[in-house]
Order: sequence, then C-alpha cells, then structure tokens
Amino acid sequence: MSRNSDLRDATYVGLRTDGTRILRPKSPHLQVYDMLQITSGMSIGSRITGCAWTVGLLLMVWWLAAAASGPAAFANVQWFMSSFLGMLVLFGLSAAAWFHTLAGLRHLAWDFGYGCDMPAVHRTGRIVLIATAVMTVLTWLVAIIAWA
Amino acid sequence: MATFTLPKNSTIGTGRTYKAEAGARNVKAFKIYRFDPDTGENPRYDTYEIDLDKCGPMVLDALIKIKNEVDTTLTFRRSCREGICGSCAMNIDGMNTLACLKPIEDVKKDVRITPLPHMPVVKDLVPDLTHIYAQLRSIQPWMKTETAPPPDEERRQSKEERAKLDGLWECILCFCCSTACPSYWWNGDRYLGPAVLLQAYRWIADSRDEATGERLDDLEDPFRLYRCHTIMNCAATCPKGLNPAKAIGEIRQLMIERQS
Repeated sequence: MSRNSDLRDATYVGLRTDGTRILRPKSPHLQVYDMLQITSGMSIGSRITGCAWTVGLLLMVWWLAAAASGPAAFANVQWFMSSFLGMLVLFGLSAAAWFHTLAGLRHLAWDFGYGCDMPAVHRTGRIVLIATAVMTVLTWLVAIIAWA
Repeated sequence: MATFTLPKNSTIGTGRTYKAEAGARNVKAFKIYRFDPDTGENPRYDTYEIDLDKCGPMVLDALIKIKNEVDTTLTFRRSCREGICGSCAMNIDGMNTLACLKPIEDVKKDVRITPLPHMPVVKDLVPDLTHIYAQLRSIQPWMKTETAPPPDEERRQSKEERAKLDGLWECILCFCCSTACPSYWWNGDRYLGPAVLLQAYRWIADSRDEATGERLDDLEDPFRLYRCHTIMNCAATCPKGLNPAKAIGEIRQLMIERQS
C-alpha cells in the first residue's frame, strides 16, 4: 500500500492568508497523550506480551527440537535455560503468558457485552495486573518445589 | 499505516515565554501549542504565566484571559462555555476534554494544551474536522422511515424504547473520543471511530427508525466498524461521561444476532 493512499492527506492541504498553499502540520498524538492510563496501557501491554509469547514459542520449539536431536544438543539448551539470563527470560515469558491470557479473558468478556462500563474497566484492569503478579509467583513456586 | 512519529513539518519547537505580571502570587504556566500558517514555521510551544487569582476556574477562562490580555493572536474555538456545544475540545494535560469543563486546579504541573491529537492543524488549537464530519454524514444521522407517520400525532415511543437512547443522545460531537483512539489515529481514513459509531448506534437503537438493516449492512466492513480493538480510551476521555466502546459492542452483537 502506498504512503499516499490515506484519504485524510487531502485535509492536510491548507491556505495561507495570501492564498498560497501550505502543508498543515499533524497535531501531536503519542507525543502528548497519556498512553499509560489503564485503558490504552493494558491494550499496549496485551500486544507486547502477545509478541513476547510468540517469541517464547520459538524458544520452546528450540527446546523440543534439541530434545529430539540428541543428548548433546539438549544439554546445550539446558545450560542456557538454567543460566541466569535463561531464567530471567523464562520468568519474563511466564509473566507475559499470564498477562496476555488474563487480558485476553477480559477482552472475551467485553465481546460478550460484560464489564464495559468505566468503573468495571478500571476494576478488571487492576485485577488483571494483580493476578498476573500472583499467578507468575505461584507458577515459579510450584516449579521450584517440583524441581527441588 | 501507523506512523508513530510526527512528520518533519509537525515537530514542535520552543517559542516565547510571557512572564506573569509583577506581584502575581498564584502563578500557573500554560504551555500552549502554536501554529501560524502564514509564517511557514514549524509549530511551537508558547508559555503563558497567568495569575490564577485574577482568572476564572476553568482552562477556557485562562485561554480567554490570554487572548484578551496577553496575546490576541492565540486562536481556539469556543462558544457556550458550559459543555454543551463541543467547540473547545482539545488535549489538556495528556487527555482530550472540553476546556470549559476542565478545572485548572485538576492539573498539578504546567498546563500543556495541544489540539485534538493526530489531526491537521488549521491554526493554533483549531484542527480541521472536514474528514470526521464527512464520516458522520456517511452514517446518515437522521431518522429514516418507510411507513407514513400517524396522521395527527408524532411517532410514539414507549418509555422503555426511549430509555435505549440514554447515553447516546447526550453526545455533543466534540470528537474528544475519536481523536483519543489509537486505532482511529492509525486507521481513521477508513475506520469511522467511536464518535461516529456511537451516532450510528443512536439511530440503530431508535425504535422509530426503520432502516436498521441498511444501517447494519453499511457498517459490516473490516474497517468501518471492526477496527475497534476495545482499547477504551474513548470512554475514559469522554467529557460527557458516555461510553462509545459499549455502543460499538452493541452494534457488533446485533451483527451476530442477525446472522443466526
């Protein structure tokens, strides 16, 4: 799609007092808007965690492929996953997975017409944030207990 | 296409500072977006220091004071000063609202004022609304009927039918919501945006209107209706406390109901 296909471009042509043409500026948007309020903040978070989770799936494929191809390859992956960086990545991915899942449930409820009023939007947004933290910590507690 | 940065001609520089008069004790700084098409210069922020002891309580009071007493070139739309005309819609302190309904004391730091976001700027705080008005026209915001009205009375509605229009008829078309919507920023050429879709639902929900099917046909489009991603910035910013996202949800439910 060409950059010039936006219908709105025509409204960016204005006139000076002397009748000559001028390209009007675009008013600031992301530059000034409060994007971290719970509405747009949760939406952006949902998208970023969705992307992160997709990258995480590649990591899991790597793990499975290594497991299938032999003990040496699997040991490599295990070494990375149990390193500090690997643990950090796994922790981040589990948090992303929980956030994306819970935010997804919130979207599902909206699609059925529940929780659309602003007080409910604020309440469920906060619940998703808190539940993400709780579930991530719980997941790791279970993992560490099962491991030990 | 989503472009997150501003074009070269739209980046905002720093302009003049108009100091408060000597002896002013309750000073608040207003950082206001300025653009003058005649100079050909990029937009800039001018800062006006205002003595709040000599100013009304609302942001619009400060704007009018600046225009009357400090800088007559400051350009903005206003009319009713009581939240019913929708003219003074602008971005104040990071959220879209009506300057006449926004108390200055609600803003803790300097009051930054910019035009409604992601719009062509005519001058200073005045955006060009041509495109969004054309979109409003496209949903035919008037009552459409096939049958003749009763011969000697108006078309009647029950109380329940009338109640369905509450939360819809109050919209004053200030377009705070549409210009708060990231999806409308990126796809506004074809996506109708929250304000226009709330208007569309206002006529779909009207028991007297007989064009519901046509109206839904017209909205059944990946862009016109379905670019709403339930971000909810519209409902969060509406100065009248309405909920366009909910109205869009109602339209979607009607779309599904008529398929089954």
